[in-house]
Amino acid sequence: MNPARLRKLKEWLIERAILLSGVFSVVFVVLIFLFLLREGLSLFRGESVLDFLFGKSWYPISEPPRFGILPLILGSLLVTLGAAAISVPIGLAAALFIAEIAPGRLKEGLKAGIELLAAIPSVVIGFIGMITLGPFIKKLFAVPTGLTALTGSVTLAFMAMPTIVSIAEDAITAVPRQYREAAIAMGATKWQTTWRIVARAARPGMVAAVMLGIGRVIGETMAVMMVTGNAAVIPSGMLQPVRTLTATIAAEMGESVQGGSHYAALFAIGIVLFVITFLINGVADLYLHRSRK
Amino acid sequence: MSAPGVAIETRGLDLFYGDFQALTRVELQVPEREVTALIGPSGCGKSTLLRVFNRMNDLIEGARVGGTVLVGGEDIYAPGADLLRLRERVGMVFQRPNPFPLSVYENIAFGLSVHRLAPRREHDMIVEQALRDVLLWDDLKDRLQRSALALSLEQQQRLCIARVLPLKPRVLLMDEPCSALDPIATLHIEELMRQLKRDYTIVIVTHNMQQAARASDRTGFMYLGKLVEFGETARIFTHPRQELTENYIRGRFG
Repeated sequence: MNPARLRKLKEWLIERAILLSGVFSVVFVVLIFLFLLREGLSLFRGESVLDFLFGKSWYPISEPPRFGILPLILGSLLVTLGAAAISVPIGLAAALFIAEIAPGRLKEGLKAGIELLAAIPSVVIGFIGMITLGPFIKKLFAVPTGLTALTGSVTLAFMAMPTIVSIAEDAITAVPRQYREAAIAMGATKWQTTWRIVARAARPGMVAAVMLGIGRVIGETMAVMMVTGNAAVIPSGMLQPVRTLTATIAAEMGESVQGGSHYAALFAIGIVLFVITFLINGVADLYLHRSRK
Repeated sequence: MSAPGVAIETRGLDLFYGDFQALTRVELQVPEREVTALIGPSGCGKSTLLRVFNRMNDLIEGARVGGTVLVGGEDIYAPGADLLRLRERVGMVFQRPNPFPLSVYENIAFGLSVHRLAPRREHDMIVEQALRDVLLWDDLKDRLQRSALALSLEQQQRLCIARVLPLKPRVLLMDEPCSALDPIATLHIEELMRQLKRDYTIVIVTHNMQQAARASDRTGFMYLGKLVEFGETARIFTHPRQELTENYIRGRFG
């Protein structure tokens, strides 16, 4: 074979290989979703979708079993909203500080610190939350157990923070210098420039950062299972034990019978989670693309 | 104090970036309500000089200024000088049009709200007047809430000029305002400058000698950080007194 044809063949092979890996990553997602559907949908032969989504009791091993996931959905929602309420303001403020205000050395130090926070395994964060935050909250609010929705929210806020800070910081740093120059040249103060021009220009990226942070929180399992107390009841406040969708799957998958209705119900929860995170990531993506335009 | 009719005056102005001397003993008197052009080859210090007048060089680390700069008779480098007030009185238009990523309306109202110049109910009127002054009103009156980034480059640059007018600046600094525009748009902006100079003192930096000849009343030629020659534009271009100036405007270097 002559060198020119050899080169052509090499190009062809490389192109196909890259195409194939691209296709595979999509195919895997589709396969996972199909598998979820196959295992989960069998539940709805004996159970209505509405009873499943809005049923108030989750007693999977009683006779007859009850598969209402409303307490789990509310548990996830409560913990997630709590985590967002803590991590979004702090995270966005930290991103603004790092991008706009912190001088060189401090900026690098903070960025490294944030990355380190992202690198802590979730089980370690959960463990620390369980042995320090739990007792603290129990004492502070004088409640019977420290493993509550609030404990979960605070713990998860730590896990959402790195995502929010680093993506928002990127978005703020990407705001062109000329906008800042123009505002300063008009006699705007540093704060007016930062808040009214830079933060406005970076808003799509900041929204995406928040959405991805929340996506991370909803999908988080290990830490949340360790600190929320895992009571599958409809919560009436932040100081009660709750159980999330994710923790339910992780805790019960081992004791369910493969092919049984409990097993199918856990997969159906998986479908719900998949749809939720898919929607959140979709919104985040939308905003990220808008910010690039 | 400056003599009457002088908008900007520098006395023995030196400027250093670290160890590098970017401006050397610049003596300049910019007359009020005229267009003054600064020309010279790249790196001669003309943009640096322009950014002395609104102290934008302060943003560059290691920049130091010596000598005296008077704007409207006030020493703008005096200790305790009010930078925000200075930049309200001295507006700037940049090389690349840089409207804020906000609506057309918000771009113009920005200065008003930053400096709390007028109650909100007067904003509509002021925005309209500013757009009329730069001849954009008829084109944009139905698009005030649209993003300024959707405008053509020429419209964007006009908007950038309009944006500083509500502050009622005494001086407009223009840093190569036409270098991103096509020749037709360039002529339009020059025409606009002729109209604006009835109310404003304009200082323009340009690398385009024809533009200086067409649009300015006075021209300063700079070279290696020094103001080589300064005078009426017609005189500079027909009877330059310095050999350097003559060589530059004849196109022998640049």
